[in-house]
Amino acid sequence: MSAAIGAGPQPSSGSAPDRGPARIQAAFDRAAVEDRAALVVYLTAAYPDPATSRACFEAAVAAGADVLEIGLPFSDPMMDGPIIQAANQHVLEAGTTVAEQLELVAGLRHLDVPKLVMTYVTIADTRGWARFADELAEAGIDGVILPDLPVAEAGPWLEQADRCGLATVFLASSVSTDERLAAIVAASSGFVYATGLLGVTGVNAVAGDVTEALVARVGTRTDLPIAVGIGVKDRASAAEVAGYADGVIVGSSVVRAAGEGSAAGAPERVAALVTELRAGVAEG
Amino acid sequence: MSTSLPVRPEAELAREGYFGRFGGQYVPEALSGALAELVDAWDEAQHDPTFALELTGLLADYGGRPTALYHAIRLSEEAGVEVWLKREDLAHTGSHKVNNVVGQALLARRMGKPRVIAETGAGQHGVATATAAALFGLECTVYMGAEDCRRQRLNVVRMQLLGAEVIPVESGTRTLKDAINEAMRDWVTNVATTHYLIGSAMGPHPFPTIVRTLQAVISRETRRQFPEQAGGQPDAVIACVGGGSNAIGSFAEWIEVDDVRLIGVEAAGEGVGTGRSAATLTEGREAVLHGSRSIVLVDDDGQVSPAHSVSAGLDYPGVGPEHAHLATSGRATYVSATDDDALHGFRRTCELEGIIPALEPAHAVGWVLRHGREALGEGARVILTMSGRGDKDVDEVVEVAGWELGVDRAFAAAPPTGRRTP
Ligand SMILES: Cc1ncc(COP(=O)(O)O)c(C=O)c1O
Repeated sequence: MSAAIGAGPQPSSGSAPDRGPARIQAAFDRAAVEDRAALVVYLTAAYPDPATSRACFEAAVAAGADVLEIGLPFSDPMMDGPIIQAANQHVLEAGTTVAEQLELVAGLRHLDVPKLVMTYVTIADTRGWARFADELAEAGIDGVILPDLPVAEAGPWLEQADRCGLATVFLASSVSTDERLAAIVAASSGFVYATGLLGVTGVNAVAGDVTEALVARVGTRTDLPIAVGIGVKDRASAAEVAGYADGVIVGSSVVRAAGEGSAAGAPERVAALVTELRAGVAEG
Repeated sequence: MSTSLPVRPEAELAREGYFGRFGGQYVPEALSGALAELVDAWDEAQHDPTFALELTGLLADYGGRPTALYHAIRLSEEAGVEVWLKREDLAHTGSHKVNNVVGQALLARRMGKPRVIAETGAGQHGVATATAAALFGLECTVYMGAEDCRRQRLNVVRMQLLGAEVIPVESGTRTLKDAINEAMRDWVTNVATTHYLIGSAMGPHPFPTIVRTLQAVISRETRRQFPEQAGGQPDAVIACVGGGSNAIGSFAEWIEVDDVRLIGVEAAGEGVGTGRSAATLTEGREAVLHGSRSIVLVDDDGQVSPAHSVSAGLDYPGVGPEHAHLATSGRATYVSATDDDALHGFRRTCELEGIIPALEPAHAVGWVLRHGREALGEGARVILTMSGRGDKDVDEVVEVAGWELGVDRAFAAAPPTGRRTP
């Protein structure tokens, strides 16, 4: 993947194997070959501390995560429920900077799964879209999720993401109009994120019928993989979603596992949960 | 009395929802439907004479409009400039917030939403929302930072009496910005049944435009009142700026009038440069917060810095996008007043005019008393928006100014709570 790093402006070629979108899609393809949904695991970077966080990401991959979603903490995470909010606040109170979080991310290069960064517009935009894209590519990141960046405002970012070979995953919601869904799938690369409920992370369970209908609506409009996130928390809910989606995204319950006991025990707790979730996505 | 609300000049909305390069809709996809619905409902309402009639009628009979424009003679003598107070403190609920909530409650009814939610800092917007909810029979939940619940206790009780549920917010800095985050999370979750009745000229499009238009009643009245009562036009229009709703409403009709200076007064807390300030336009930088691009107090990493002000209503690290535009275009000027300036303004308004002001507009008074003569020239004529009354602030003033020493000695003996702005 180092081929893409710091390569500077290059022509857009979505099929080049070293580019983020292709690497992400390949992970979904490998899962599909095994006749299961891909498991996307979210953890907040540097939570509960940088060393433990690194060990948790490693444990998640060893236990079967197909894709990692790495949350860069923000002071005002509008889409996140109490668990991820608290994790964000914990990291910020410890004084861990974005530069230090990206150092941690760069240290995950040895994990051979695609990695996406999830954060909020304010973090990326304050850094500058170009610098943010450069730094992520440099750190071995394959794609980005910015839940408060709608397609209509995304132009300046997409230009930089494309230049650096980064995928951009947009969120689709059950309330999205057909017109918006068309714009979302057209602008997305890597996969499309279908939100499993109306609400924030880690509070309520996936709204089954509504979400299945959303996945179907998105599916008629794109060949990209569709992953469902927000509201999936355990083996059973992972299995249920895996029945109709290409991927399952789990965040709050993994973050809780990382933070709920001693730091020393965190990787083991994360591994145990991810093992369960991985079994779930194969049952769907 | 006009039969429909004035529509903004096209040129100012070059890109829909933007003021220059500020504004936009930086929100989760789940809110896309609600915002589109709101854009449509607002558009229809603006072109519907019955909406304007109902709004104007309610603001008059229920809200107490028009509010007085009052020549504050003793304050003027002390300030060295001629001060005309626009008495929003006399509007129902005790502040300008009522102008916005009545309009948005009518919109909620048009959209068939049975529930409204709101954030509140000083509690004035929460009280106004709870009031409109009672009037229209809507369910109402208000998010308020736990710290603000403490320092604006009177307003918590008022909201509860009016039938609203008040949820103290314990996350983050436990003040206004965190209350907004929590309200946004509620809205994302309950968007089908709920209208988020935003309390200032901020947030994603179309809120800044809606709130501006509803608050513009302030300057529609002063544009009529000032020539009648004082003659001619003012040299300056001055208002305090939190999110910026009373200020944008005070400025709106004067923006197009040449030679009228527009001055927004932000809260500088313990002083600009101390790191304990809420002077967003003075100290902030371009960033996205709460759904729009504006000027924000953020650090180099993009983390939002905690704001600080003695006034809960100005204790906000962002500002509405139109103010960012007016500041960068130079049409308006933004200055700041410290906690100490505000307490001085508070005290002198009580003593010289028999008006107990809210701590928010007390910032504007404090700035005029300490800097007005120098900045505007001896005898300049100004309209100052007295955006609310200060009953809610009495406990807080007692606490920060050392009231236990005795009312009249309290201020004299109190150690300065901050440096004066240069
Ligand atoms: C009396 C009063 N004035 C001003 C403000 C600040 O808000 P804005 O800047 O939106 O007018 C508040 C907010 O709580 C207030 O209560």
